Amino acid sequence: MRISTFFYTIKQGIANIWKNKMFSLASIATMTACIFLFGLFYIIVTNFQSMVREAESGVAVTVLFDEGISQERIDEIGKLIRARVEVSRLEYTSPEEAWESFKDVYFKGNEKVAESFANDNPLANSASYSIYMNDISMQSTLVTYLSSLDGVRQVNRSETVANTLSDFNKLIGYISAGIILILLGVAVFLISNTISVAISVRKEEIAIMKLVGATDYIVRSPFVVEGVIIGLVGAAIPLGILYILYEKIIEYIGLNFTFISSMMKFLPVTAVFNTLVPVALILGVGIGYLGSHITTRRHLKV
Amino acid sequence: MISLEHVSKSYAAGIPALNDVCIDIDGGEFVFIVGDSGSGKSTLIKLLLKELDPTEGTISVNGYRLNKLKRRQIPKFRRNIGVVFQDFRLLKDRNIYENIAFAQRVVGESNRTIKKNVPQMLSMVGLAAKYRSLPRQLSGGEQQRVAIARALINEPKILLADEPTGNLDNKNAWEIMRLLEEINSRGTTVIVVTHNMEIVKAMNKRVITIQKGVVVSDEKGEIRDED
Repeated sequence: MRISTFFYTIKQGIANIWKNKMFSLASIATMTACIFLFGLFYIIVTNFQSMVREAESGVAVTVLFDEGISQERIDEIGKLIRARVEVSRLEYTSPEEAWESFKDVYFKGNEKVAESFANDNPLANSASYSIYMNDISMQSTLVTYLSSLDGVRQVNRSETVANTLSDFNKLIGYISAGIILILLGVAVFLISNTISVAISVRKEEIAIMKLVGATDYIVRSPFVVEGVIIGLVGAAIPLGILYILYEKIIEYIGLNFTFISSMMKFLPVTAVFNTLVPVALILGVGIGYLGSHITTRRHLKV
Repeated sequence: MISLEHVSKSYAAGIPALNDVCIDIDGGEFVFIVGDSGSGKSTLIKLLLKELDPTEGTISVNGYRLNKLKRRQIPKFRRNIGVVFQDFRLLKDRNIYENIAFAQRVVGESNRTIKKNVPQMLSMVGLAAKYRSLPRQLSGGEQQRVAIARALINEPKILLADEPTGNLDNKNAWEIMRLLEEINSRGTTVIVVTHNMEIVKAMNKRVITIQKGVVVSDEKGEIRDED
């Protein structure tokens, strides 16, 4: 294809948008509405997931060791635990630290009583590892593994919290996949409908082009350019709106609902939009491209 | 140049639109195809453009056997045939220059060639001064001349005109026919489907008459002197 033909089809695509202002506006509005809903939902879901992850990371599994275990064995067990994929962080608490912390809580005001234990740490066998996980649903597997380790006396965990968080995470995943699929379906249907109407208006034009000897490619290209531009604009508008709204809402909640903002940690704007911008743009351009490609196909058999 | 051998065309469960039609048209001929409405003339044009496929028989146009033509080969085949319709079929949103240039763009001509050819063609049909006008700003006769210019810009060997004077008054109709005659005199095979028997009789060319899908007569006119 000649470069002049390439630029001609781009020029025609842009001219078509302008010539069919009403249809272009309707398509852009439809795309904007769909991608806005998609973006809104994405923001809610990612924030929810981040909050759940935050909650998960606070849940620890505690490992206590056999009496008289050597420090070398404790270190070895630490290495084995660190090597597990589901483990995100490991904290070691020595018997001395355990006793200090115990004293602070239970002997406050009775420091002299506590002093009497100075040379005989009652928690001498209470060295422990606190294990934080990156995937709470793997807790049972980890606990089974830990219990099987030589030198481990006891493994403490909170099964209810782990199960609730794990189920909650799964539920969010299913709901978000479902809603995103429905939204995409609605978007493709609406866009294809709008393009279909726009094309049926230009059916005669397509027929003339074909009779003059235009290839499917030349007939279709301006429509595809049109679809892609509508997709781009239809994705850029909701992204801009969501960006501004998200910043404002977080700022507003931070200022006016201190309790909520202390309970919920919202993701920073950049963290959300680093993924949302490319995904929404690809979605917009993809729907625009596919919508126009598929719809023109039906009218090309002249 | 054009050959139809025992061609029949039936639409779903109906009387055949064309029935066992055999026609041979040589290069450089000027042929009228006449017949009443519904006689099968438009079906014939559609078959020649491969807009439709025959139910039976074989069609050859310009060296292409249409029965064997693949879908992707159709655009190239059509570029060798200029077509003119009763309703002009111009791109309404583009000016006259762009309408004619479009036919060159689809065959991949460069902008330089287009800028050279289109004004020449506009001069030939007498519309050089109106190149920036939109189709709706022209009279019927002028629009038909634009359609002819578009049909000829790629120098096709065949020009098919389907009722080219159907929407024109007598004066404009004769102007168009003279233009077609001039085009024919340059060597292009011209096939005109028409109702206008006054013009057909006056021009004294070959006339193929179709009735109810059957060729009922094929009268040779006076043979044109190629020199």
